[in-house]
Amino acid sequence: MAADNKSVKMTGGAVKNGASSGQAAGTKDSGAVPTLEVKNLSISFGGLKAVDGFNVVIGKGQLYGLIGPNGAGKTTVFNLLTGVYKPDTGTILLDGKNITGKKTIEINQEGIARTFQNIRLFKELSVLDNVKVGLHNHHKYSTLEGILRLPSFYKVEKEMNERAMELLSVFDLDKECDYKASNLPYGKQRKLEIARALATDPKLLLLDEPAAGMNPNETAELMETIRFVREKFNMTILLIEHDMKLVAGICERLTVLNFGQVLTQGETSEVLNDRRVITAYLGE
Amino acid sequence: MMKNKVRIQNAVTYGMVILFWAVIQIMDKTGHLSSLFKGLLVPLCMYAILAVSLNLTVGILGELSLGHAGFMCLGAFSGAFLTNCLETAVPSVGLRFFLALILGALVAGVFGLLIGIPVLRLKGDYLAIVTLAFGEIIKNLINVLYVGRDANGFHFSMKDTTSLGMDKETGVVLIKGAQGITGTPRAATFTIGILLLLLTLFIVLNLIHSRTGRAIMSIRDNRIAAESIGINITKYKLMAFSISAALAGMAGVLYAHSLSTLQASSNNFGYNKSILILVFVVLGGLGNMRGSIIAAMLLTALPELLRGLNDYRMLIYAIVLIVMTIFNSSPKAIELRSVVMSRLRGGAKKEVA
Repeated sequence: MAADNKSVKMTGGAVKNGASSGQAAGTKDSGAVPTLEVKNLSISFGGLKAVDGFNVVIGKGQLYGLIGPNGAGKTTVFNLLTGVYKPDTGTILLDGKNITGKKTIEINQEGIARTFQNIRLFKELSVLDNVKVGLHNHHKYSTLEGILRLPSFYKVEKEMNERAMELLSVFDLDKECDYKASNLPYGKQRKLEIARALATDPKLLLLDEPAAGMNPNETAELMETIRFVREKFNMTILLIEHDMKLVAGICERLTVLNFGQVLTQGETSEVLNDRRVITAYLGE
Repeated sequence: MMKNKVRIQNAVTYGMVILFWAVIQIMDKTGHLSSLFKGLLVPLCMYAILAVSLNLTVGILGELSLGHAGFMCLGAFSGAFLTNCLETAVPSVGLRFFLALILGALVAGVFGLLIGIPVLRLKGDYLAIVTLAFGEIIKNLINVLYVGRDANGFHFSMKDTTSLGMDKETGVVLIKGAQGITGTPRAATFTIGILLLLLTLFIVLNLIHSRTGRAIMSIRDNRIAAESIGINITKYKLMAFSISAALAGMAGVLYAHSLSTLQASSNNFGYNKSILILVFVVLGGLGNMRGSIIAAMLLTALPELLRGLNDYRMLIYAIVLIVMTIFNSSPKAIELRSVVMSRLRGGAKKEVA
C-alpha cells in the first residue's frame, strides 16, 4: 500500500514539477512547518463579531474539518483565508509565510484554492476550458502570441490540454470534456469545481460544503473522491460540512465554530462526542 | 474534437466574408451593382467591424457598453487628422491611410484603457449609462475642437478659428469645430474594408480561443470564481475593453476615409449609433461573431434596398428586427432550429456555435 501510494505521488509530483516550480515532495515530518497556521483571526461586520479569535493549525497532508451550526461563521473563515475579506486582527501563515491581507488572486498564487457552497462554474465554457482557466497561471504565453498563433501558443495549449485531461480523468470527467459545464449533472459539477481548484496547483484545498444537495450515494462517492485527491496529490484539505457521516468518515481533526468562536478542536471522534458540540447543534 | 469544431466554425466565418467579397466583385465586374449599393459597401464593412468589436465587450466580456460610437469617433478624427497633416510629408495616399488606421486604433485603444479604468468598476446598467455618457462627451468635445497648423506648429482652441491665433500666411485649419475635417482623400474601398474586417475577425477569434480569451470569458461567467483561481480581473477586463475600442477606432478611420467631410454630429457618432451597433450584436447573438457580421450587413443594407417601397420600408425593417429576435432567442425557435439543423446534417451535429 505504502509503495503504491508513493508511486502515485511520484507521478503527481512529476507532473507538478513540469507545470510549475513544484513544491517539495510530500514530506510528512513531525517537526515540519504546518501547511496552514491561523492565529487569532477576527472580523466584524458592523457590531457583529462574525469570526472572533479563530485559531487553527493544519499539518501537511491532513484532512481537516470545520463544522458548526448555521451562521457560525464557517464560510466567513474561508472568505478570510482566501482574501475575500480582510481580517481585523490575526495572522494567516501558509507554509510559514505570512499571507494576511493579500488579495484573492495573490493568495491563490501562493497556494490556496477553494470551491464554493453554491457551485460557481464557468457555465458557458466547456468542461475542459473550465480546468484550463485553472491552469492559467502555470502555463503561460502572451496575448499577442495567442492572437498571432505563434509556435509557443500551440506548444503551451498542447501542454494545457494534456494536463487538463489528466486532471479530468482523475475525476472521471474526461468523456464529458466537450460538454458545456452547465450541462453536467450536479454531482459532476461539484467534481469539476474541485478539478478546477486543483488545476491551480494549490498547497491547501478548501472545500465549502462539498456534499450540499447530494443524495447518500453521491455523498459516499464524494468521500471516496476526496480521499483519493488527498492520496493522489498529497493534498492538505480543509472542508466545511454539515453531513456528519462524511465528516466522521474522512476528517482526521475537527474545529467546531459557534457564534464566531472556536467551541472546541481536536480528534474527530473526541470532538463529535463532546457534550458542548451536541448542545450547540441541538440546543439544551 | 472540440478544437477541430472551433477551427471549422472559424473557417466558415472567414469563408463567408471572402465569398461575400468575391460575389460583390463579380457583380461589380458584370455591372449588376447599382450605384446605391456601391455606396453601401464600405459602411457594410464598417458596421460589421463595429459589431464584431462590440461583441467582444458585450458577448465575451459580458459588460454592456453604449459608448462604442465614441471610440469610433476618436478613431475617425485622429485618423483623418493624420492623413491631412501628412499631406505634404507623405504623398502616397495609401501609406497615409495605413498610418491613419494604426493611429486611429491606437488612440481609441488608449482612450478605451483610460476610460475603462474608472468605468469597469461599475456593473450592468450603471456601466451602460456611464459609457453612454463618455461616448457623448467625446463626440461633443470633438465638436468644439479647433486645430490649426502654421509655421510655428500646432494651435488648439475650443472657441473658434480666429482664437487659434495663427500666422495669416502659413496657417491651415485642420479641424474646424462642428464643421469637422474636410478634404480627407476618399481612399476607403470595399476591398480594404473586407481586409480590415478579416483582420478584426482574426484578432477577435484568435483572442477568444486562447488563454486570454478563456480568462475573459471566465470573468463573464463567474467573477468570484475567476478571482479565486488567480485570474487578474482588472487586467483582462481592461484588455478586452481596450481591444474592442481600438477595433472600433479602426472602423472609424475607415469611415473617415469614405467621406469628404467628417463631422462629429449626433447623426454620425451619437448614442443612436452606439445603440444601432448594439442591436447588431444582440440580434447576431451574444458572443457569436458570425452572427454579428450577418446582422450588421443585413440590417445596414435592408433600409437602403427597400427604398423603392418608401412608406413601408421602416415597417418592414421593424418586422425583420422582431423576427430575427424571435428566431435567435426564443427557446422554441432554438429548438426548432436545432431539429432542422440535425436533420440537414443527418443528425451528426447537435449545436450551432
